[in-house]
Order: sequence, then C-alpha cells, then structure tokens
Amino acid sequence: MAKIQLNGKKVFIKSNYSLFDLLKKHRLISKKIAIELNNSIVPKANYKKKNLKNNDKVEIVHFIGGG
Amino acid sequence: MKNNFLKVAGKILKSRLIVGTGKYKSFSETAKAVQASGADMVTVAVRRVNILDKKKPILTDFLNPKKIIFLPNTAGCFTSDDALRTLRLAREMGGWKLVKLEVLGDKKTLYPNMIETIKSTKILSKEGFKVMVYCTDDPLLAKKLEDNGASAIMPLASPIGSGLGLQNRINISMIIKQSKIPVIVDAGIGTASDATIAMELGCDGVLINSAIANAKKPILMAKAFKDAVISGRNSYLAGRMSKNYFAIASSPKKGLI
Repeated sequence: MAKIQLNGKKVFIKSNYSLFDLLKKHRLISKKIAIELNNSIVPKANYKKKNLKNNDKVEIVHFIGGG
Repeated sequence: MKNNFLKVAGKILKSRLIVGTGKYKSFSETAKAVQASGADMVTVAVRRVNILDKKKPILTDFLNPKKIIFLPNTAGCFTSDDALRTLRLAREMGGWKLVKLEVLGDKKTLYPNMIETIKSTKILSKEGFKVMVYCTDDPLLAKKLEDNGASAIMPLASPIGSGLGLQNRINISMIIKQSKIPVIVDAGIGTASDATIAMELGCDGVLINSAIANAKKPILMAKAFKDAVISGRNSYLAGRMSKNYFAIASSPKKGLI
C-alpha cells in the first residue's frame, strides 16, 4: 500500500501501481489527459513503466470549456 | 478569395471568428453554438480531471479536436510559471503547439500582467510554441510581443466578460497598422455589431465567448456573430466612403422637372 495525492485528494493505492493502472482505475483515456508527477510532466509513453511510491503527488488534467 | 482566410502560425482558418467554450449551460449547447458560429478554432481551458465522478460528460465527448482546432488557454493563471506549466501540460495532452497565453494581473479587472506576459511569450517561443497572446491595447507592448516571437496579438476590447465592446478604437487601429502578425480582438465584445466594428477597423479576427454563451439564445447569437464578422471583413475590404460635413444628394439634378 502507498498513500499518494491525486488531484489534491489523498488516495491509497497498491504497491507496484503504475500511472497506467491509475488511469485504468479511473477510466481515463491517455489520449485525452496529461499527467504531472511531483511537478514534472510524464510523457505518455512512460505511463506503464512509471510506478507510484508513497507521498507521490499526481495531477491529471484534461481540456474543459474555457474562453 | 485568399484575403478572406485568416492565417495564424501557418494554419489557415476559413472563419475569422474564434469562439470560446466556457459558460454554456451544457456541452450540447456548446457544440451547437460552435457549429452555428462556423468557427474553425475554439479556446479550451486546462483543468484537473474530476476523479470522483467518472460518469460526468466531458468536453471532448462533444467537440472533436480532430475536426476543430483546440486552442488551449491559460485562463486563471496569474504568474508566468503557472501559465508555462499549463501550456506544457496542454502540449503533452495532444501535441498542440498553438496556444493562447493569458497571464492575468488583477482579479477584479482580469487585466493582463504584461510584464509576465512578455516574459512568458519569449520562453514559450523559444520552446517551439506558437503563441497567440492576450494583451492590453498598448501599441508599444503589442510591438514588444511581436518582437518576442508572438504568433498573434490579441488585445482586449474591454475587460473579459464585461460586454462593454470596443472601448479604444484608436489604439486597436494603431496596433493593426504596425503589426506584421494577425491582430485578433479578444475579450469584452458585447454584441454582434461590436465584432463588425472591430473587423471594419481591419482586425484579422475576433475571439468571442461570453457574448455568445450569455446571450438569451446562444445558438442564434453564434450565427449573428458569424454574419457580423463576415460583414465587417467585407466592409473593411470594400473600403468605406469618405465622411462629409454636409449632405450630398444621391439623385442627379439633370432632368429635374
């Protein structure tokens, strides 16, 4: 188990949990989002190999309506 | 007529009207208004995904970025660092290099912080971004943006969402006359005729959000803006008649009974 911060909320995840697993759990399509892990952008190609560890800070963003 | 296409950072837009996608009652209304406007380009914001509600509809369910150009913005950013972070994320999301930069300076007026804006334009251009820049209507600062690699100058007509229309025609005209890159009036337009006036001055385009989304019938207003922009552009190209202090009769005097 590890505790991470996902979009400002505390979330518990299993060990050896990748960003890819996290997207799958939240039913998010990688094409439509971008991820920042501990303040640096993770290229889409690295989602599977990037495992999360305790106290990681993850931000997942997408496009919404705006002017 | 190639004169009637807007070219920004190598992209050809058939419509000189760019629309925002905020403030609508639903995504379905957003999509219908965008379609009625005839715009090829829409602005979008970058925000956190709602991780608690997986079933909530999202913008891209209604607008396809393959069919319409998404122009990511930095709305809500008050520092250069925040704006850069947002646009780098936007680029990672879909590979977009064409972006709208806005660095705000004050919560009440939402006036752009031009010092941070110029700084960000310089950095983004060096990173390969094509930056369309929301700015004040100061000709000197507009020139600075151009010198720092901006792809389009987007001066405000009046404060964001105010609907006060084009308040400083002289400055906008000066910016148009001096700029080698497109000038697109962004923010403050209140109704269709404001857009026509901007286009008649020689603006290359207008960016509208609130005036359409906050109209009583947004889809009809989107159509009104489409026509207003075409009309204003044609009027600009046609060249208006000169003004006279006194009347000049339209009917000939010859043959008068």
